[in-house]
Amino acid sequence: MKITLDNVVKTFNTFRAVRGVSLDIGSGELVALLGPSGSGKTTILRMVAGLEYADGGQIRFGEEDATDIPVRERGVGFVFQHYALFPHMTVGDNIAFGMKVSKKKRSPAEIAARVADLLRLVRLEGLGDRYPAQISGGQRQRVALARALAVDPKVLLLDEPFGALDANVRRELRRWLREIHDELGITTLFVTHDQEEALDLADRVVILKDGKIVQVGTPEEVCRTPVNAFVMRFLGDANHFPATISGEVASIGGARMPAPGLVDGAADAYARPGDLGFSLEGDGVAATISRVLDRPDGRRLIAVTEAGEHVELDVAPDAPVKAGARGVITLARAHIFPAA
Amino acid sequence: MKRRPVLPGLKLTLGFTLFYVALIVALPVAALLFKAASLGPAEYWAIVSSPRAVASYRVTVLSALGATVFNLVFGLALAWVLTRYRFPGRRILDAVVDLPFALPTAVAGIALTALFAPSGWFGAPLAELGIKVAYTPLGIMVAMTFTSLPFIVRTVQPVLEDLDPTLEEAALSLGASDSAIFARVVLPLLAPALLAGVSLSFARSLGEFGAIIFIAGNQPMSTEITALLAFIRLEEYDYQAAAAIASVLLITAFAMLAITNILQARALRYTRKG
Repeated sequence: MKITLDNVVKTFNTFRAVRGVSLDIGSGELVALLGPSGSGKTTILRMVAGLEYADGGQIRFGEEDATDIPVRERGVGFVFQHYALFPHMTVGDNIAFGMKVSKKKRSPAEIAARVADLLRLVRLEGLGDRYPAQISGGQRQRVALARALAVDPKVLLLDEPFGALDANVRRELRRWLREIHDELGITTLFVTHDQEEALDLADRVVILKDGKIVQVGTPEEVCRTPVNAFVMRFLGDANHFPATISGEVASIGGARMPAPGLVDGAADAYARPGDLGFSLEGDGVAATISRVLDRPDGRRLIAVTEAGEHVELDVAPDAPVKAGARGVITLARAHIFPAA
Repeated sequence: MKRRPVLPGLKLTLGFTLFYVALIVALPVAALLFKAASLGPAEYWAIVSSPRAVASYRVTVLSALGATVFNLVFGLALAWVLTRYRFPGRRILDAVVDLPFALPTAVAGIALTALFAPSGWFGAPLAELGIKVAYTPLGIMVAMTFTSLPFIVRTVQPVLEDLDPTLEEAALSLGASDSAIFARVVLPLLAPALLAGVSLSFARSLGEFGAIIFIAGNQPMSTEITALLAFIRLEEYDYQAAAAIASVLLITAFAMLAITNILQARALRYTRKG
């Protein structure tokens, strides 16, 4: 099922949660809505589900205007942030709920067979008789997904699906959700504030800020060509350097870098810790190392430039650097944006 | 490390608690049962199964049931309105619910009698329709309904407030109709609180005295409640008969509490871990 959002607007009292969002989600696509809290991502998801009404614009399911389709007939599977499992029903009854209340009558045997299938799909065989209070958070998440899938949704919507779980479980469920999506091919939209989750899981990432889309693209596109400083900083650690443009060449301290299409004057350069290096002399930004942090996979340096800005850079684990060393930060790569 | 309790240690607090419960609750109950037991079994049975006593049980229990069922529906609706909607005067309505707790029951009885007497504001139009409330079992029910209303509202309200709204949204997204959401999701989750409210409301109605005697008419065999019969026996200095009749109320209340506790434990089995 293809979903189209056309200039969708939503206001709560005086708070403009969503300000004109247009987006096409292709059939079978897995799309992440990524943004900081208050960016409107959950509101967009709830509008697609029909749990919230858009004040303006249109949401279409296929070619049909979804405004006229009540929630219970939209055929969306919604997985809530805190699972919203029915606490008084067993895992099996939770999964069967949608089939039991459906207008389409199914025999008890048919329902039981489908519940068994779904329990197998989410790898919870044998837990059908437990109550939600008796299983772990990761298991509850999988029950919530099985319950949503039980009604054969045309669209699967997940609100911060792994937000309440610890890091290891999260990584495992992420991989597993991707496998299920590839197996079933349901159009899936999920909300997250965790950039790693969005980049790992989604075909396309929609980055939101203050109720507006900032950038839409594949993980590669948003990582390699961020459209502005917000995307650059939001997707991961980024260091800021003041830059000056002259004749499409940017000067960052002593370093030179091509800056095609940028007008002369002040600009902002951003670089990832891994794109920086530290040497005692050369072309770059003069700085003093203030701390050396040792990590399993490398060594991170915290440096202070002469302008007083803190810069974090990653170097090889055996790089001979000590706190207090003075030298230059060299830039292998940087993204340069016009001054804000 | 042992956690230091805020109140003085187990021995003192437990000792005081047990002593207090024994003195205030257990001793009067024991005295009542002892008094009733001083009658022989045959004599006891004769008193508690006399036609006048049996008639009083019937009117008391039936009226209490009627009042409880009415409050179950109306109290749930009231709790629902108070928790789910925001409207001007909500806080006043919320406070008014406690009025039956605060009002001396005799005041309530007199007020209800004045309202429902054949010349009263409600009594006159009802009399034209041929419905008599004051001095009939219906009046007893009205008085019981009034005094026991807060129990169901106040037991259900906090549970309703804590009910996660996403549960209803989840049911909605799974295609459930409003009635299915209420019957399969909301009601089962409210059931333990409703049961608690029902048992308290019913027990209170069984024992209500002050509000009822003004409106009931107190005719033996028709509008005489059990508590009043015990009181009459007491006035006649027939302490043993009074205790015997009171013991029937006591045993009923105990049985009621036991049943509700069992039902509640069953309704809450899903919260058990392991």
